[in-house]
Amino acid sequence: MQLSFKAASRKKTAACLADLPAGSEAVIDRLDLPGDLAGRLMELGFIPGHRVAAALSAPGGDPRVFRVDGAEIALRRETARHILVRNN
Amino acid sequence: MGACHGKTDAAAPAPPPGAGARPRLVALIGPPNSGKTTLFNRLTGLRQKVANFPGVTVEHHIGKAHLPGHHDVDIIDLPGIYSLNPRSEDEQVTHDVLRGAMPGLRRPDGVILVLDSTNLQRHLPLAAAVLSLRLPTLVALNMADDLRQRGGAVDTEALANQLGAPVVLVSAVTGEGVESVAQFLTGGIAVPRLVELPVLQDVPACRQWARAVSHQARYTHPVPPVWTRRLDAVFLHPLIGPLVFAGVVAAVFQSLFTWARPLMDAVQAAVAVSGAWLHAVLPDGWVESLLVDGAWSGVGAVIVFLPQILLLFLFIALLEDSGYLARAALIADRTLARVGLQGKSFIPLLSAYACAVPAILATRTIENRRDRIATILIAPFMTCSARLPVYTLIIAAFIPERPLLGGLLGTRAAALLGLYLLGFLAAIGTARLLKSSVLRSGHAPFVLEMPPYRMPTLASVGLRLWDRALAFLKRAGTVILGVAVVMWVLASVPTAGGEKPPLEQSLVGTLGRAIEPLIEPLGFNWKIGIGLITSLAAREVIVGTLGTIYGMDPDHDSAGLQAALQKELTFGGAVALLVFFAFAMQCMSTLAAVRRETGGWKWPAIQFFYMNALAYACAWIAHALLS
Repeated sequence: MQLSFKAASRKKTAACLADLPAGSEAVIDRLDLPGDLAGRLMELGFIPGHRVAAALSAPGGDPRVFRVDGAEIALRRETARHILVRNN
Repeated sequence: MGACHGKTDAAAPAPPPGAGARPRLVALIGPPNSGKTTLFNRLTGLRQKVANFPGVTVEHHIGKAHLPGHHDVDIIDLPGIYSLNPRSEDEQVTHDVLRGAMPGLRRPDGVILVLDSTNLQRHLPLAAAVLSLRLPTLVALNMADDLRQRGGAVDTEALANQLGAPVVLVSAVTGEGVESVAQFLTGGIAVPRLVELPVLQDVPACRQWARAVSHQARYTHPVPPVWTRRLDAVFLHPLIGPLVFAGVVAAVFQSLFTWARPLMDAVQAAVAVSGAWLHAVLPDGWVESLLVDGAWSGVGAVIVFLPQILLLFLFIALLEDSGYLARAALIADRTLARVGLQGKSFIPLLSAYACAVPAILATRTIENRRDRIATILIAPFMTCSARLPVYTLIIAAFIPERPLLGGLLGTRAAALLGLYLLGFLAAIGTARLLKSSVLRSGHAPFVLEMPPYRMPTLASVGLRLWDRALAFLKRAGTVILGVAVVMWVLASVPTAGGEKPPLEQSLVGTLGRAIEPLIEPLGFNWKIGIGLITSLAAREVIVGTLGTIYGMDPDHDSAGLQAALQKELTFGGAVALLVFFAFAMQCMSTLAAVRRETGGWKWPAIQFFYMNALAYACAWIAHALLS
């Protein structure tokens, strides 16, 4: 509940992937991560300008599975926090 | 460039079969989960072997593809990679092999690049990188059946023209299109005109190119896999998910004791019958004694456990091939994060239930070095299959079978489960200790791809079991046979007047007596001591050794090993022995693997002393409490 509220309130500004409510989509804005990790994530499909959707998660809500580019990739919240998304 | 590419082996006529023509070497590469290994198995069948590259730990399979009417082709199955940027050891190795920079291996003269056709855009950038190496390459778009079923499509001819390399749709699982891969291997496939591929450094540019190319190839993205979504709704359900996880683990353990039983009884009967037959056929004398009492009773005592070990590997293969293992890693991540590890440690730790050596190799997917070393150090605490023969023997001898939980679980299965739990707790405790002291590290990223669920195929699971059975029998035929023979010799000298000495006065008896003061506080006598000494080579050797000892001890001549042990150990001593085996480091292969992986003797030495000290202390406590 709280998560969806946060995402809604940040409609215009960049929000982070970790706050994306399950089942909703966003567009990746940028990856605020060290080069190596950012490179690896981009190879897996986390590319600025591409769409990403939040899917299911492990029990307890962390890590979460994200759908990107036809694949499902699990990330911990602490990583998803540094992937900034916008709403369209 | 054009001439260079045009003059490929693929375009040239195939050399005549035989006639000293050197077999060609073709590298099989592709991203993880692309079905590369399934295709490899289909091409090479049982004609394959595992090997290690010198200096690095990357394991690879080499096999021979037999092509009727043509010479055989060597195929090397390289680790799964997402790109050719040498970011991890796997990628470095693939990079080196493809450039001919791998010592001891000549440069492959062809490449089969396996891509997942249901994920084409994501995997095309790898094709650009590989094709720019200018080796004759076949692009095999795997999972064609899946693509079609989910409404996707691709024009292979158009894609081939875009890439300047032949493209075929295959399904390694059903065998569809495999004949065109064979055609590539025999040089009978048409190579399109070479195209200049863009040199792309950054990922977004690569992806833009991939999008344009797949558009030209009229690629239709398949709809999302419906069944994977449905299954994940169950397996990753906040409540049902963990229950399924626990249920799977319990089912594995229960079946190890119930389903494996009849098979083990059958093997045991076969060993007994063949032993008796050897007894009858061979002339009396020391040769007969060596073969029957030494070799056969030692090896036979271990071979009995083959069905149980294969059953365990069967479960691991099914979980891995079906895609459930990635979900299990996801579920386990938070728990493992609490002790400073991560979900990726789960896969090596689960493999360690089968054997610590492949588990230690599997830690290579963990990018963070400290996390990796911590996982390597705790992996041997997980109950490997070599402990099973010891556990099974002692549990069967000392714990009566009674139903628990309304018949859901037997006392013996529960005892086994308890031992698995004990090893697991030791691993967790050690991880916590390491990660809060010498191996403390910042938060390492956890990035794991969830593959779609797939029905495991009989061929792939069968091949893995066959591999395991061979490895086990090879060990039984070498290490265990060797130890059994040495044991028989040590137990037969010094001879007293041409007769075998009583066990107590033999060389092995003397040795056992020498360490008796050390192990006596644990409730073990000198005969168990002999077993402990030999089990330093490999855990299950103790069963063979005891088989040899009691096989030749006249007091126990007719009694089975279980009955013999019941006379030898008190209940407290038996529990202490179980605890000792749960914690002790008794495996030369594991220590060698740890040394290779960590690059020195420091970590294996620490591991050896830590584990054995812990084993001794805990066995002492168990014995003191129970007697």
